[in-house]
Order: sequence, then structure tokens, then C-alpha cells
Amino acid sequence: MAVPNARGARVELSGWGWKHAGRATHALRGVDLVIEPGERVLLLGASGAGKSTLLHSLAGLTGASGAISGDEEGVLRVDGRPASRGRGGVGLVSQDPETQVVMARAGDDVAFGPENLGVPREEIRPRVENALDAVGFPYGLGHPTGALSGGEKQRLVVAGALAMRPRLLLLDEPTANLDPAGAALVRDLLTRLLSETEATLVLVEHRVADVVDLVDRVVVLAPGGGVIADGPPTAVFSTHGRALADQGVWVPGEEPEPDPAPAPGGSPRLAAEGVVARTPFSPGVRAAEPRVVLEDVDLVVSAGEATALTGPNGAGKSTLLMLLAGLAKPHRGRVVPRGPLVATDRRPLVRWPARRLARHVGTVFQHAEDQFVTSTVRDELRFAPHRAGLGAAETDAWVGELMERLRLNTLADVHPYTLSGGEKRRLSVATALSSGPAHAPDVLALDEPTFGQDTRTWSELVELLGDLRAQGRAVTMATHDRLLLRHLTDVRVHVADGRVLTASPHKEDV
Amino acid sequence: MSTHDRGAAGAGDLLTLDTTDTRHRLTALNPAAKLIAALIIGIGLVPAVDAVTGGIVLAVVLVCVPFSGVDRRTLILLSGPFLLMGLSSAAVNYLYGEQGLEGAIGVAVRLLAIALPGLLAALTSDPTEMADGLVQRLKVPERPAMGVLAALRLIPLLADQWRTITLARRARGLEAGYDPVRVVRLFFGRIFALLVRSVRTGTLLATAMDARGFGTGPRSHARVSRWRAADTLLLVATVLLLAGAYALSARLGTLVLLFS
Repeated sequence: MAVPNARGARVELSGWGWKHAGRATHALRGVDLVIEPGERVLLLGASGAGKSTLLHSLAGLTGASGAISGDEEGVLRVDGRPASRGRGGVGLVSQDPETQVVMARAGDDVAFGPENLGVPREEIRPRVENALDAVGFPYGLGHPTGALSGGEKQRLVVAGALAMRPRLLLLDEPTANLDPAGAALVRDLLTRLLSETEATLVLVEHRVADVVDLVDRVVVLAPGGGVIADGPPTAVFSTHGRALADQGVWVPGEEPEPDPAPAPGGSPRLAAEGVVARTPFSPGVRAAEPRVVLEDVDLVVSAGEATALTGPNGAGKSTLLMLLAGLAKPHRGRVVPRGPLVATDRRPLVRWPARRLARHVGTVFQHAEDQFVTSTVRDELRFAPHRAGLGAAETDAWVGELMERLRLNTLADVHPYTLSGGEKRRLSVATALSSGPAHAPDVLALDEPTFGQDTRTWSELVELLGDLRAQGRAVTMATHDRLLLRHLTDVRVHVADGRVLTASPHKEDV
Repeated sequence: MSTHDRGAAGAGDLLTLDTTDTRHRLTALNPAAKLIAALIIGIGLVPAVDAVTGGIVLAVVLVCVPFSGVDRRTLILLSGPFLLMGLSSAAVNYLYGEQGLEGAIGVAVRLLAIALPGLLAALTSDPTEMADGLVQRLKVPERPAMGVLAALRLIPLLADQWRTITLARRARGLEAGYDPVRVVRLFFGRIFALLVRSVRTGTLLATAMDARGFGTGPRSHARVSRWRAADTLLLVATVLLLAGAYALSARLGTLVLLFS
């Protein structure tokens, strides 16, 4: 029987390249790289530099039998052989825990990998128990995976990879979809794990500062090219830090320092009065009963201020945001307009006709795709002004301005679904802005607006939101981005255990 | 007999131990056995078009319902559409059929007698155990069985996405109001958005399964799908029930066979 986590694998790439099926250009080309057994490597590069593609290829997902199709060139070897997912030497952990948990119960999920490798039954249970111990999983084998938090799910996914006894561990932004508490949970786990295992590690992570202590080597990839920098973290960051930061990579010590226009403050625009919210009905015979997430919440959102809703995942930040935006109906209580908005319609926001609501309250969803309703970027931006009755010339001028402002002008005729993550985010913000009478709605509600963005898009968003705030718009956002809280937050509302706690961060910090 | 079996199961080769609710006979049975029993009844009742044969089977299956372990809420939720199905098929056959009231009742009773066992088999089985039973006992290929099982996990996720998409349409100023044409158009717009999202979600799940070596060779099984004496007994009892129903109906002179 193999020793748990036996010696790490050796990875060798020479002249390696990959072109996704149906694309004109290579995601990666001319990659020459050797990773020795047991090395811990952080892969960096601007978004679109093919980091995930390289991990998928190392996991054997792009080969002849793999799920991802495209054209490969050059040589890729793991322990001197072409990468193959069938031998079990490789474990891959990706971003989103929701789409990596396969089975309904924790023990069954961890056993899934060993089963696929044909590990004899009597060896599976000890492997599963060891792997769950190694990740510090606090529940039993029969615990339902649907009841786990994001951080706990991601721990389970890591356990599922460990149970396959990988000699090469591939981590593709394992903390990207988690709240700070969940991310800390997974980071602690990785720190502990790496001190025990001898497996080779290749890690992709945007937030470099969080993981730089875990690695002993940094490799920087160029979009469509090969390796442009390679060495110990300190050496790479001192020579290439500035350039990487300019390309959008979050480099420690090179974080963006935006200088948004100051907040003018203003009168209230919206008020939540005694709002009670419950989790929605979920389908299934054994589904959980509806649970109260917000209990008797009172909150005022004011013009010329940025209000941030913070708190752990599942605490009700997004629910509160959707209620404030007039999209969902509270179980009890109401969200009513205040100030000039009362003249528009004095009823609770949820009773407003959709067209009127869109003109005065702009909402940006966490998954940008959810809010796209047409087939080109330009139509997406024309949609709201057109429906608001704006003339053709005026609409085109406004749409042109928005595309210019959010760097979308070269993409006017592209289908929104085919945009990159950063482009989708910029478009979704632009659509929320496009609907207002004086070129922007009075209230903006944004759900994790900076989530997963590179530094360039991040800085642009912060400055844009700062401008809108300076114009007297009420900016409301659900977020756990610490930098966003530091640079663009006037009122901080902590949502936890059904209650909200309002604080002004500036007074607190000083 | 059954205590001996449970002792063996507790010896450590079953990965999940808390799944079988032994208080209820039906949940403790092997899902594969329940599925075969439902199939036997379904096929066995096809030739008998009279109300008595199907009625005897239906009555016996109904008697089993309280012991099935299905909770009351689910039963109430499902009995509505179930009765509606029976009543509507009776009504249609009465109005347009050639056998009059008796034939119409026969059709409805047969339909319910065929449908109820399948429904019970599905409701009383844990999906994971069902997949194990299908793969290990009925030799269903692994890929579709495990694929469907994994897809079941995405249903709550899909419901969430549907809600978000609905809110997002309102946020963009789209609302159908009372115009039926717009209601339909908006509905299909949302369906399309959901389709795009679920294709993405499904692809990610498939990639994760592939990364864990799914479909690369013969699988082993962490859980044993056990076939106990009770499972064999269920099949024997099912066959006896059918034979009994036919015999009783023939004795009473009520048996009417298809094409006779």
C-alpha cells in the first residue's frame, strides 16, 4: 500500500501551448517550466493569461480523454508521463465549492475519488477518515453536504482531493468564492497541510498577499505567451511588482490607492421599517423549513453616502440589499421611499412598477449574467433609455458616453455572455447606470461589486462609484472587500444573526 | 435474520451508517427491489382492464402506505395530483370510452395501481442508495447513474438561480403586468437565462467530477448495496399479490382481459 502523500511529482513543460476549441489565439504558448518534486509554486498573470488552463492541463482534463477540447502543442509531463486523471496522482481544487461537491453526504463525497480510481472497498473508509481528519472537518461521515457553509464545503473538496493521495496538488483560487471567515478557514488548512505533505503544489490566487507565505516560488505567465518571470517571491515582486500591478495583479505592497471624490452626504432616500425576512421555500422532500434571516431591521439609506452591508455569508446581506432595492417583498415590514423619491411614488418600493423602479433604483447583481436581457453590449445599454422614452440621438450619445467611461467601446457588438469576468462586471454596472432620468438612478444597490476583479477594474469601479456618490446618489453595496470598505464606505452596516449594527468606520478607525 | 444482516452492515464496510430508517419496513428495503416490485405490478396489470383486479392490488398497496415512512406533508402534497390523475382519466373514459362507467373506473383504478408503487419506491428511497442499488444490483452503467445523482444536488442551486433571475428582470424594468403575450415572452427569456446558467454550472460540476478521476476505468464501491431476505420476500409477495388478484377476480367472474 502506498505511503500517504508520498514524494511529490515532477512537472515538466517545454514549448507547451494551448488553444481552446473555436478560439483564434492561443491561451498560452511557448511555456518552458520545470517544477521539482515538493516545490510550492504560485502562478500569476493578468486575467486571461491562461493560468486555469495550465492547471486543468496538469490535471489531465485537456488530453484526448479529457473534458476540455482544444489544440495542444509542445510537451507536458507529470513524472515523465503525459498528464492523466486516471492514475490518481493529481488533486484539483477549483474556485466554487457549490459545483465541486458531488454527493449528498460528506463521507460519500470524499469516497467518490477513491471509488473512481478503483481503490478496494476496505481501503476507502480509512482513507476517507484520514482525509477528513487532515482538513479538520468537524462533522461526521453522514453529514449532509447541502447543510455546509462555503468554507466548510471547500474543506470537504480539499479532503476529496487528498483522499486520492495526490503527489501533485493543484489549487485554482480556492478561497475566491468565500467570505473572510471561510477564506481564513481554508488558508489555515493549507498552511497546516503544506507543513505535513510532500506533494508538489501549484496554486493560482489573485489575492497574492494572502498566500505569498505558503509558496517558495512565483511564476508569472503572459497572456498568449509563456513564462515572463520566475523565482523566489521577494525577487519576482521587487523586479516585476510594478508591472504586474499595472496588469491588474494584486501584488503585496502595490495595492491600488484610489482617491474617490469626497462624500457630500445628504438626506434619506430609502428607509427599511421593521423588516423581517425569511429564507425562501426550497424544493425537495427533505428540504429545510424556512428560517428567519432578518428580524425587525430598521435602516436608512442616504443620498451622497456609501452604505456597506457586511457580515458572514448567509447572514442576510444580499437579502437585505434585494429588499432595499425594491425587488423582493419582506415577510413583514416595508421599505419606503424618502425625500424626493416620495414625489415619484409614495408606496413601498416593492409595489412600484418595474419600469419606474429601474429608473430610480439601479441594481447590480453578483453574477452579472443574470441581468443581461439583450444580445449585444450596445443593445444592453440602449434598453433602459429607450424604454424611458429618450430620443434616438440622445440615447446614442448617452450609450457612447457610458461605453467610453467603462472601456466597453470596442465591444459594442459583442454578445454579453461572451465577455470576460471584468468586462461583464463593467457592463452590469453600466446597465444599472443607463436607466436613470438624469443619466443615473437615485439609488444604486450593488451585490459584491468588486468580487473577483483585477486591480484595474477594481480601481475604475471605486472611482466611478465615488463620482456617483459625489453627484448625490445613494450608493448601497453588500461586500466583504476590506479595501472597498476602507476606501469607499461612509456607513457600515454589519448584518449578523438576524440583526443589523450600524457604525461609521471613520470614527471607529481614528 | 434481519438482526444478523444489520450486524454485518455495522462491521465497517458501509460508509454511511445513519441513512437507513429501520422503523419503517419500506425505507429499509433495497431500492432496486422496490423498483423491480413496482415494475412487476406495472407490467402485470397491463392485461387486466377490469376494476376488480387492479382494485385488489391498489387496496393492498394503499394499506402499505402508512408503513412506508413517507411523512404526512409529502403525502398530502402528492395525493392531490394523484387523485386528480385518477378522476380525470375516469371522466375522459366515461365520456368518450366505449365500456361505459365500469370500463372508466377500471382504467382509473389500473392507472393508480400502476403509478402508486413506482411513486412509493421513489419516495422511500434515498437517492444515493437508489443509485447504488441500480449500479450494483441491476447493473445499470455507472456514468448515467452517478451523473443523475450528482445532478440532483444542483436542484436547490437551480431554484436559487431562478429566483435571482426573476429579481434581475424586475431590476432591469421588465415586468409582464397583465399582458398574456408579455407573460409568455418574459417567461421564455427567464428560461433561457436559467439554461445558460445551468449549462455553466453543469459544466463546472462535470469538470470537478472528471478531475476526481470519474469515468477513467472500473469503479470500486465504498457502499455495499445489500440484498436481504426481506428484498426477496418483497418480490415473492408482489408476484403472489398479482396472482391472487387475478385468481380472485376470475373466481368472481369480473376478470376482463385486454383484447378479449
